Amino acid sequence: MSQPSPSETALRRDWISALAKAPPGRLAALLPDLPAHEMLRAPEIGTVMVQGRIGGTGAPFNLGEMTVTRCSVRLAEGAVGHACVQGRDKAHAARAALADALMQTAAAPRIEAQVLAPLRAEAAGARASRAARAAATRVEFFTMLRGEDA
Amino acid sequence: MYVAVKGGERAIDAAHAWLAEERRGDPAIPELTVAQIREQMALAVNRVMAEGSLYDPDLAALAIKQARGDLIEAVFLIRAYRTTLPRFGTSRPVDTAAMAVDRRVSATFKDLPGGQVLGPTFDYTHRLLDFALAAEGEAPPAPQAPARDEPVPHVTGLLDRDGLIEGQPADDTPAPDLTRQPLELPASRALRLQALARADEGFTLSLAYSTQRGYGRTHAFVGELRIGRVAVQVDLPELGFAVEIGEVELTECDTVNQFKGSRTEPPQFTRGYGLVMGQSERKAISMSLVDRALRWQELGEDFTGAPAQDEEFVLSHCDNIQSTGFLEHIKLPHYVDFQAELELVRRMRREAMQMQEAAE
Repeated sequence: MSQPSPSETALRRDWISALAKAPPGRLAALLPDLPAHEMLRAPEIGTVMVQGRIGGTGAPFNLGEMTVTRCSVRLAEGAVGHACVQGRDKAHAARAALADALMQTAAAPRIEAQVLAPLRAEAAGARASRAARAAATRVEFFTMLRGEDA
Repeated sequence: MYVAVKGGERAIDAAHAWLAEERRGDPAIPELTVAQIREQMALAVNRVMAEGSLYDPDLAALAIKQARGDLIEAVFLIRAYRTTLPRFGTSRPVDTAAMAVDRRVSATFKDLPGGQVLGPTFDYTHRLLDFALAAEGEAPPAPQAPARDEPVPHVTGLLDRDGLIEGQPADDTPAPDLTRQPLELPASRALRLQALARADEGFTLSLAYSTQRGYGRTHAFVGELRIGRVAVQVDLPELGFAVEIGEVELTECDTVNQFKGSRTEPPQFTRGYGLVMGQSERKAISMSLVDRALRWQELGEDFTGAPAQDEEFVLSHCDNIQSTGFLEHIKLPHYVDFQAELELVRRMRREAMQMQEAAE
């Protein structure tokens, strides 16, 4: 197996993350038909220990766990896909692994356009909508007329 | 002493059936769904996730429903479920400076990069019951404003630039894990923070309040409080690189505390730290006060005998599942124990009376 280039790694990291963070129902709606595949690791529910840093920047400490589901698949044509998604939705993990595998085949442009682009746009929209509500609660201080200025 | 007692089986089955009926309440009233609890009782869900030490809003909502709203019972259900899951790995430490903040306030600086963002807060509400909520209706949409795409750096970083506050240099000492090794004292700060992150909110609040009232006073200001979402990055061995697998909502509190100086070091502020799953600022502020109080030895302060300074006291009693487990077990059958005590009291009384008679 040839070593992937740093930019290929960055691209793959990006799509795996978009698939993992997708709302499961949305991913199922965008990718309804699943290609022929073999399960290398059937969807399995577990946890990941989430760490923080002391004071935000110091040594790590264990904050608590989160639930995750992981899955690995192989397409009939040989591409292998992996997923590790937040939560306990096995269908989400299986779909995310399949999409990761498809992104390594000739189907990549179709998956990018039909699945990843809408997911990215919706995630950006949701983020922007929260940011806009937060921005509306930002305090704009003004100084009242002070005695010595009068 | 425990002893197997038979004969309660039918009564237990009936008790559980009645519990299910009581949980449901009046069948004429629509049943709550788990999604309704997750969306509309979000702060209860957050507390169960934080103290259950497992981030999963759907599971926490289910636990609250099953526990009839008893949050400690719900935490118990989450802790029990967690033990059935394999752990796949550990995340990279989350970067709270890169948090997408819903709320970010500082009590120490008015003007700061990123601004004071109030977020969906109860602060400044009049705490008057809102009877409009008793009637069903849609909330009006919240106002929106153009978001400024600017960084929101940690406030303590601003003080650190001038050396006015103790630094927290990056360090990759592996974190000890309370859920894998038994608690040993003295505990490292990392271990104390893990224990406090999952500690009972009420206990942590009371201890923090006791420091404010003078039992281990540390003169805390909230340097910064922020609530928002951070990405969780995990190294996946099958890929050979780290990917973001999701996002968690966290509350972070950094306190600025009384200064300390010595012959060799000029005076500078010290810090306490709190980080809690979900939106839970009471707990995050409490955690940072207790964290700071526990650091007395490291910072060369006096031990005044205050409970919040006593690591053994704090760490041994802060977990509500341990506490309630031991507390509530005394209501379970102790017939043999008690029989022995009864026997002992009878014998002592007999002996005392015999001595009295002999004396007369």
